[in-house]
Amino acid sequence: MTTTEAMRATPDSMPRGIDNVLAAPGAPAAVDPVLNTLVFALFVAITLYVVYRVSNRDRSTAGYYAADSAFTGRQNGIALSGDFLSAASFLGIAGAIAVHGYDGFLYSIGFLVAWLVDLLLIAELLRNTGRFTMGDVLGFRMKQRPVRAASATSTLIISFFYMLAQMAGAGGLVALLLDIHGGIGQALIIGVVGLVMVLYVLVGGMKGTTWVQIIKAGILIVTAILMTVFLFGKFGFSISNLLSAAAEKSPMGESLLQPGGQYGASETSKLDFVSLSVALILGAAALPHVLMRFYTVPNSKEARRSVVWATWCMALFYVCTLVIGFGAAAMVSTDDIKAAPGGENSAAPLLALEIGGTLLLGIVSAVAFATILAVVAGLTITASASFAHDVYANVIRRGDTAPVDEVRVARITAVVVGALSIVGGILANGQNIAFLVALAFAVAASANLSTLLFSLFWKRFNTTGTLWAIYGGLAACLVLVFFSPVVSGVPESIFPGADFAWFPLKNPGLVSIPFSFLCGFLGTILSRDEADSRKQAEMEVRSLTGIGA
Amino acid sequence: MQNVARSPVTTDSVEDTGQMPAVMFGGATPPDRRPALPPTEHDYEKIQGSSEFRSLRGRFRRFVFPMSVAFFGWYMTYVLLAAYAHDFMSVKVAGEINIGIVLGVLQFVSTIAIMLTYVRFATRRIDPRVAEIRRQAGVDEK
Repeated sequence: MTTTEAMRATPDSMPRGIDNVLAAPGAPAAVDPVLNTLVFALFVAITLYVVYRVSNRDRSTAGYYAADSAFTGRQNGIALSGDFLSAASFLGIAGAIAVHGYDGFLYSIGFLVAWLVDLLLIAELLRNTGRFTMGDVLGFRMKQRPVRAASATSTLIISFFYMLAQMAGAGGLVALLLDIHGGIGQALIIGVVGLVMVLYVLVGGMKGTTWVQIIKAGILIVTAILMTVFLFGKFGFSISNLLSAAAEKSPMGESLLQPGGQYGASETSKLDFVSLSVALILGAAALPHVLMRFYTVPNSKEARRSVVWATWCMALFYVCTLVIGFGAAAMVSTDDIKAAPGGENSAAPLLALEIGGTLLLGIVSAVAFATILAVVAGLTITASASFAHDVYANVIRRGDTAPVDEVRVARITAVVVGALSIVGGILANGQNIAFLVALAFAVAASANLSTLLFSLFWKRFNTTGTLWAIYGGLAACLVLVFFSPVVSGVPESIFPGADFAWFPLKNPGLVSIPFSFLCGFLGTILSRDEADSRKQAEMEVRSLTGIGA
Repeated sequence: MQNVARSPVTTDSVEDTGQMPAVMFGGATPPDRRPALPPTEHDYEKIQGSSEFRSLRGRFRRFVFPMSVAFFGWYMTYVLLAAYAHDFMSVKVAGEINIGIVLGVLQFVSTIAIMLTYVRFATRRIDPRVAEIRRQAGVDEK
């Protein structure tokens, strides 16, 4: 039934080969919007049912923010990988590999190695020290109100950037997967995504959101593995055959397999790549929605197991994207990928169509959608927790609130955040805002990582140092990006007509991360406020042993 | 439910009132009969100064700091090679597989290896010390 409907919807697409169809821009793509919608609706129905079933409707802060810390390390690890595997890393990395070759692979390495920062330096200590938010840890031995306000500022900015990029990406994905090209139709879909995400958060709190992540990560990884095994089989289970087929088909030829395809053009672009790589490995570990996940397990040993599970899932997944990316280069022509709506992002869906027909395309499309949905839900709960717990309960009410009020504020915040992200997503739809993801990583590395590490490991670190490092790192990122080619000076800029760029790099991390560490150091040694040695003792003992946690 | 952290703010004030009498009347009353310390309060400075804790902290840091420097250095070496040493990375080692791909896959392998090493280290060297300190502090091991 669905197939006939789709045939009617796109009458020319089925008989013709995908190459012909997609070669002409604007021609109806060989997608099956009805099937895609059905698979996606099925995912939403199942997850909403699960979210509804697991929600215990309790109004406690521990329940809403941290799922009563009742998840196991394995569950949380899979959910962590779900938080990480955004549409950008599935569609984006596979597409970047298919079009630019080796340089796309470099992203996945940064994302994976980043877990070691969490495993060795952050996860267990954070779990033992904090309770709900990053502000719990940063404010532990500092003056509560200014530090929590700073921590919430950085959390909200990172979450908003990240969310905006995801929501705007949803618009492009709609064009590709549901064959909806009108602005109003895309805006409607962005609205639906925002609505479902708020529903997840309101009904399920952290517990429901975590289950959505687990389900999504499971489907995503299984789909990726199936595609990989199939591709491998097609090329005689030989990586070398796959690579040579990819190099043969790609217009880049041999250089597809060599670094430099995307970033090798000039000295500036090489340095930009190094800057991005540093921000990826240091920022991923300090994204607030990732940090908050560590509170959903009962103790530091489970936090350790979470990272181990997440690392295995991610390693497996990224090996798959490597094969999928080169497979797409080998089986779908680069021109088709670039001409398709969504550009690079369409590589994995087009490959799915090529090897598994419309059904596999439907599944991959639905998974990509589900990914956006789950990631924005995770961001929403993080932003709402940070506002309710850090700003409302501790800065405005100075710690004097009933948990019921705090959760009420968190829920209202979730609705506001959802509304903002829908509006922002619609406004940003079609804009080139991919840089926001990279910027979110740079801010996380510059404002969060430096303060977390100093706070956990440097005895003398004090309130002034914390504030300098957070605001210094944040300001450095924003100022440098504002005066970079991202905003003005070149044709791809947001304001191509103006030229006030003096900072050559699109990624500020290489400068802003050391700057934030320097700010933290100088703020500490130049200020007169002494570190609270008793709270420092408590924090150190607690972080390592869990006593009092 | 279990092991839910207490707010640092409340811990602080209770600890204040809890410790003052012990200091002031320390000679008169035996230390273990200090009245106001509820079972969940701990003398963190005493634990911090204990040789067991210092040994735990030293052991932990002697592992994670050098290891962090090592994996960060190895990652940066790889990134710099990918950015600036195209010819080297393009040398083929087997079939179409070049040094760049081998080094990239080695990043995966080293990440997994460091992870497994850390888990082994933490289970053998850290967890028993933590358990001992927790036992001495009177915290039940679950």
